[in-house]
Amino acid sequence: MKDFPYTESKDTRSGFGAGLHELGKTNPNVVALCADLTGSLKMDAFKKDFPERFFQVGIAEANMIGLAAGMTIGGKIPFTGTFANFSTGRVYDQIRQSVAYSGKNVKICASHAGVTLGEDGATHQILEDLGMMKMLPHMTVINPCDFNQTKAATIAIAEYEGPVYLRFGRPVVPNFTPADQKFEIGKAWVLNEGKDVSIFATGHLVWKAVLAGKILAERGIDAEIINIHTIKPLDEEAILASVAKTRCVVSAEEHQLNGGLGDSIAQLLARKMPLPLEMVGVNDSFGESGTPEQLMEKYRLNEGAIVEAVQKVMARK
Amino acid sequence: MNPFNKDTEELKTIAAQVRRDILRMVHAVNSGHPGGSLGCTELLVSLYFKIMDHNPDFKMEGRNEDLFFLSNGHISPVWYSVLARAGYFDVKELATFRKLDSRLQGHPATEEGLPGIRIASGSLGQGLSVATGAAQAKKLNNDDKLVYVLMGDGELDEGQVWEAAMYAPHHKVDNLIAIVDRNGQQIDGPTDAIMYLGNLHAKWESFGWKVLETNGNDFNDLLPTLEEAKSLTSQGKPIMILMNTIMGYGVDFMMGSHKWHGVAPNDAQLQEALLQLKAANDDY
Repeated sequence: MKDFPYTESKDTRSGFGAGLHELGKTNPNVVALCADLTGSLKMDAFKKDFPERFFQVGIAEANMIGLAAGMTIGGKIPFTGTFANFSTGRVYDQIRQSVAYSGKNVKICASHAGVTLGEDGATHQILEDLGMMKMLPHMTVINPCDFNQTKAATIAIAEYEGPVYLRFGRPVVPNFTPADQKFEIGKAWVLNEGKDVSIFATGHLVWKAVLAGKILAERGIDAEIINIHTIKPLDEEAILASVAKTRCVVSAEEHQLNGGLGDSIAQLLARKMPLPLEMVGVNDSFGESGTPEQLMEKYRLNEGAIVEAVQKVMARK
Repeated sequence: MNPFNKDTEELKTIAAQVRRDILRMVHAVNSGHPGGSLGCTELLVSLYFKIMDHNPDFKMEGRNEDLFFLSNGHISPVWYSVLARAGYFDVKELATFRKLDSRLQGHPATEEGLPGIRIASGSLGQGLSVATGAAQAKKLNNDDKLVYVLMGDGELDEGQVWEAAMYAPHHKVDNLIAIVDRNGQQIDGPTDAIMYLGNLHAKWESFGWKVLETNGNDFNDLLPTLEEAKSLTSQGKPIMILMNTIMGYGVDFMMGSHKWHGVAPNDAQLQEALLQLKAANDDY
């Protein structure tokens, strides 16, 4: 098992804020819209340095999506910012008609996704957003794992022409990926090569998969760990290449099992390479109040759950 | 500068032809929305043949030209006819309206690449936001042209309209001319019976808009109002035109009733209607 040293833990939303600020300096067409959550989305630096390209929308997410779609018609590249819940479920029809169906170059940037939003509870902890967004034709769906990767993804999506959903979160997590990485949309990233099981993880669960890999290594299990930062388009080639070697699969995500990464992988395996799969995620329930750590423990979104799933799936080989 | 700059008599002739197109299009597929289309014919003919500085050689970004957005996308027949008559695409293509593999979808869409359409609409309440965004992009681009958007009055039931109604004045989007088709009808009946809209003039004014009113079926009233609206831009406020129209205008048995909102005429009704619309002898 490879070692993944890191010097600090940071929140992925700050990676977004840093990436957006960088884009402000390098791409004059980038504009930002925010629905009264500028501080939470870490958009302050962009707002301060590029006030003429920052649009405060108030608590009006539907209008924000429509404004962003309209701005693309003048060649702008709008980044909208609010919580994941208000970025998706609240404005699904606006995204569907004005952005996805209309093929508009809007970047929907969503923070506080999943249970790690914490104490605010289930009203704000969306666990269905990846599913909703991946179902939309033309939509690209990205869920990076740490600060550096979120910053790189933010910069990369400005170069890509088309609608994108970029999901990130609130808690601090180890910032272990390289600061100078080149983010390639739709390209799975093999963190650790192994032969006994393929673990495909996304977002905050990527670090948990690394922790699980260490535990498994101590038990003599050689896990292949792959970071699926792009849910759609799914890197089918990389997934199938790994599974052809390991012959069993675990998926891990801070999302409903129904509609998430595991769901996409299950479809792929059923069509192309039917082999056993165990899925780590939230099983058809809402979240609740608590600290992020408590919630990840209670909803079985941690290294323990991944290790358990690996043992279960390897027994099914 | 408008590429056609037609006089009022010419506009009337075009309007009659557009109304014939609308009726024949919806009749051919026994579906579509003739009522609102007929009611808004003078407006769209005025915009494309007199008022707007636009280019029928269509470019999605629309730099340095006026833009039009149709938020109440169900009145697509009038828009398609006007776009075709203005040269955006061949009038013969109007015969494909609502048919399989057509660029003329039931509601306007960009997916098939129909020239003149910049965003999909039909699910109501979204167009004012889109138009406002497009107007702000023009400002960022130092493009001094205008953005027009048409909404239905029933559409004002949608909450998103009022989000945009607050936003545009707050951000001083003064290169935006919004128009509400005040025909007083929606699918289930008169607007005031379905959801009371109250004093729209006072409502929009209190949100910070400069509000004008006009008779949308009378070129002699409509054209000066549109010119006045243009003259009021760049003064810090978005412009709202409350445009009184009669749903189904131009065909006596269709006028003023919500029953023709989304129903096509049968063969006999079509013939009766066409007799009332002086042909320019130019049916597609």
